[in-house]
Amino acid sequence: MGLDIRMPIGLMFSIFGVLLLGYGLLTRGSEIYQRSLGLNINLEWGIVLLVFGVVMLWLGRRSWSDQGH
Amino acid sequence: MPEGLVLGGIDYVILSVYFLFVLGIGWALRRYTKTSEDFFLSGRSIPAWIAGLAFLSANLGAQEMIGMAASGAKYGIATSHFYWVGAIPAMVFVGIFMMPFYYGSKARSVPEYLKLRFDEKTRGFNAISFATMTVFSSGISMYALAKLLELLLGWDFNFSLWASAIIVLGYIYLGGLTSAIYNEVLQFFLIVLGFAPLVYLGLRDVGGWQGLTAKLDTVATANNYAPGTWSESWRHLTSPAANPMGVEWFGMVMGLGFVLSFGYWCTDFLVVQRAMAANSMAAARRTPLIAAVPKMLFPFLIIVPGMIAIGLTYAGGSFTLPKMADGSWDYTMVIPTMLAHYFPPGILGLGLTALMASFMSGMAGNVTAFNTVWTYDIYQSYIRKDASDAHLLWVGQMTTIFGILASVGAAYLATRFNNIMDFLQLVFAFVNAPLFATFLLGMFWKRATGHGAFLGLVSGTLAAAIHHGLTLPIGASVGIKGGWLAAAPLHGYPSEMAQNFWTAIWAWTVCFAATILISSLTKRTKTDADLTGLVYSLTPRPKEEHLTWRALAKGPGWTTPEGFGVLVLVLVVVLNVIFW
Repeated sequence: MGLDIRMPIGLMFSIFGVLLLGYGLLTRGSEIYQRSLGLNINLEWGIVLLVFGVVMLWLGRRSWSDQGH
Repeated sequence: MPEGLVLGGIDYVILSVYFLFVLGIGWALRRYTKTSEDFFLSGRSIPAWIAGLAFLSANLGAQEMIGMAASGAKYGIATSHFYWVGAIPAMVFVGIFMMPFYYGSKARSVPEYLKLRFDEKTRGFNAISFATMTVFSSGISMYALAKLLELLLGWDFNFSLWASAIIVLGYIYLGGLTSAIYNEVLQFFLIVLGFAPLVYLGLRDVGGWQGLTAKLDTVATANNYAPGTWSESWRHLTSPAANPMGVEWFGMVMGLGFVLSFGYWCTDFLVVQRAMAANSMAAARRTPLIAAVPKMLFPFLIIVPGMIAIGLTYAGGSFTLPKMADGSWDYTMVIPTMLAHYFPPGILGLGLTALMASFMSGMAGNVTAFNTVWTYDIYQSYIRKDASDAHLLWVGQMTTIFGILASVGAAYLATRFNNIMDFLQLVFAFVNAPLFATFLLGMFWKRATGHGAFLGLVSGTLAAAIHHGLTLPIGASVGIKGGWLAAAPLHGYPSEMAQNFWTAIWAWTVCFAATILISSLTKRTKTDADLTGLVYSLTPRPKEEHLTWRALAKGPGWTTPEGFGVLVLVLVVVLNVIFW
């Protein structure tokens, strides 16, 4: 198949990661985090998503260059 | 209605990004969809891990997510039997024993396998009942999604229904099965990464596993069961009276484990199609095995939230499940209520996107299975036998539009006559229950004949209907719940679930016996040569190469399907023992 699925997955989760991370930074100490038991869940989970996304991109990229591109 | 579910700008941004990617994948794949085989079977080019995750994700529809969380609240950890007794052993079985015939026969669908193995009437029976069922399942998924969005966010029901229909239509029309499969993989990760923080926050709030079991003991004693009924999966299956499912271990293992789960995972084209699209026999056999690994962990993602929700509700803190009009807990609201309770804006968008993704993957799975069965097993078989491939591709695309419109129609039908949907689901359950007996005999007994298979299926279906008509769950009223065949029900089951399991056991047994009996009395119409590649004893064993990961090229035994299957089974036994 001409499209490596890891690329769009990696890209989408990287975008989600950046969005949540950025939003988490902007809303530090906000009362919205009473819901998440005082944790800045946007910041924390944003990092997880970003790492996942980047790993996916890296894996997709690696196999792409392995195929002689 | 859960309070506090107001979406902020950030949530809408996340939702929009997801929809852009879903449609973008379809758009990017459109140039690879040139033949009907591309459209319906992804040109048999999908690598094992992608097919495996899609195999899992196609089943992760609304009924699964909302239903299993609800059961987690209603029955506790015993719901894990749907995974650790039901799904996993069946997935190992289909990968090791059945896939060689599905994939090796080059059948393009499950009904087509029945045509090759038995005859036209058996295929027709399966194709028509399956095609009808998929349209209604996809309609129910759409209905449930639109209803939920209306309830949660106040979105217009018609808007949600048509918007989800158009998005699913868009990406399947453009990229066919490949597009559906790729999106299912995307949805799989979204569901895992969207719900994992919910489980994390919920467990933290409830005081970890220890805190959860303590609170669930309160739930159990408040409902007059022994403490531990909600947190121990096997100990309370000694008698139907000892657990809220109303089932004892035999009905559980035979009804759910053997008949229903094997029937679903081994014969339902919705999931089998994903494995048929794999790029080699080795990949096809590994598809369900790869799916089994995340599948066995899903109880922690889907059932545990239900347990947390009911535990917290009984503990009387700030979290509480909503009630239905009759005063009982509305278990179907577990996931939405928890999302609203624990997720602040931002991650709320992610959680909601994950929920929508699950509804859409369920819908798309049904639509792709429907258009394949319709085009190959109905259109090409009965309407235009000499159709060119380009014509079949066009029919497939038109069928996608038709299938989606029919699903929308089914969704509107559900808004007006909820009973009709219940009734249809019941009829399909009757048709499906005996099917696994037909496949088992078809694949492992060369003497099974077409007449035997067809009449066996019909008798099994009738047996299911008769059993349902003669029995009734205690306390239920005669009608859709059963008991409609006798003045007084012959047997009362402690629960609807027990009745379902036993209906399935009866249907399977009657189909199995009738197929053997009628096959013995009728002449074989297929020679041994015809059945090569379709029946176990007449097929050369597949030569199995190891997984092609370079490091594992000469790897240990577990990289073969058999070895991997054993590994999966050992892990699932360990899980059963841990939560015994």
